[in-house]
Amino acid sequence: MGSLKEITTTDDESGFMATQVNELMNWGRKNSLWPMPLGLSCCGIELMAMIGPKFDIARFGAEAARFSPRQCDVMIVAGTLTWKMAEAARTIYDQMPDPKWVIAMGVCSSSGGMYDSYAVVQGVDSILPVDIYVPGCPPRPDALIDAIMKLQRKIERENPLKRVLEGPTELDESGTGIFAKAPNMEVKTKRYGTYMGDSGMKDDHSTARAKEES
Amino acid sequence: MTASEHVLGLGWDDVSAVEERDGMPTLQVAPQRLRELLEILKRDLGFEVAILVTAVDHSPKAPRFELVQQFLSIQNNERLRLRCPLEGDNPSAPSCIDLWPGAAYMERECWDMFGIQFDGHKNLRRLLMPEAYGHHPLRKEFPHQGIEPDRLYREWERSRIERAAEREGQEGVNS
Ligand code: SF4
Repeated sequence: MGSLKEITTTDDESGFMATQVNELMNWGRKNSLWPMPLGLSCCGIELMAMIGPKFDIARFGAEAARFSPRQCDVMIVAGTLTWKMAEAARTIYDQMPDPKWVIAMGVCSSSGGMYDSYAVVQGVDSILPVDIYVPGCPPRPDALIDAIMKLQRKIERENPLKRVLEGPTELDESGTGIFAKAPNMEVKTKRYGTYMGDSGMKDDHSTARAKEES
Repeated sequence: MTASEHVLGLGWDDVSAVEERDGMPTLQVAPQRLRELLEILKRDLGFEVAILVTAVDHSPKAPRFELVQQFLSIQNNERLRLRCPLEGDNPSAPSCIDLWPGAAYMERECWDMFGIQFDGHKNLRRLLMPEAYGHHPLRKEFPHQGIEPDRLYREWERSRIERAAEREGQEGVNS
């Protein structure tokens, strides 16, 4: 936490900290992401490898995969989503409590991949608001860990307090009712800007680009 | 005597042998004779297993569809393939699930993918596609990206939104 300052009282050892509510909430959220493992095909194996001891996603606080959507924060769509399964995927997403994020893992869920066919959803972003796309067929577990870290940096920039104060404003077109207007809903329109680049994420590329421009 | 020789020896003029490139004995049979032939295969010739029930779409040639069935006899170490041309765009064929119950799924898949009706099948529902889909994907005229593949999903989504809006309205009245 960048803006965290420790203020110690002089007369005893017990201290307190001053921070911002947004910072504190985001810090808590980003370090306790519970994934919803929607392992639909081959990518699910790499997802399991990521959660297992060798790659150990517990280092980033995201090892508690839960099979009940009510307990999850981040839905990892790992694999080929068919139109027949799409209703189930959307239902699971709607059942997850707010705040929630979606990672599209693998080219299948990002764009349909090699399944240019009548049975496969051509990118889960046509039914879900996706935050991070992970390329690869399948992506290595480290690529997925990178996606989790990117998501953490994205969460850092959110403004949860604003939503608490202003409340849910309108019924979102997905029909999920209260809290339907997720903060990441606008991602849908900015679909190619989310993984890197213009979303304000300070990755190596954008810093290099900024240097070139100046 | 092999099974195909036995069948040909019955002297039916609507059953004939076909040369196959892969060497499996193959009989071409007319649809009205198919059921009788299947019963003989099961009862007299010891074919215990139905390996495959599928079809071929020969469009635009006529007859359009060809039903292909393969059987295995474990006791005689023998295989046999039947080919049965079916007339028309929405053909039907006799079911064989009372003889080989294991063929039930294959016939359902065949109905799903080609739209071939199986008379006598108790539960001829689609196997892979949603029940209300309305197209048969392995037919020649079906484009590989499908015809409105998201139609059923969008209908479902719309009905959810309507239900949610209704719920919202009711809650407003109660509170
Ligand atoms: S992206 Fe590749 S590995 Fe992942 S589900 Fe699709 S085909 Fe399988």
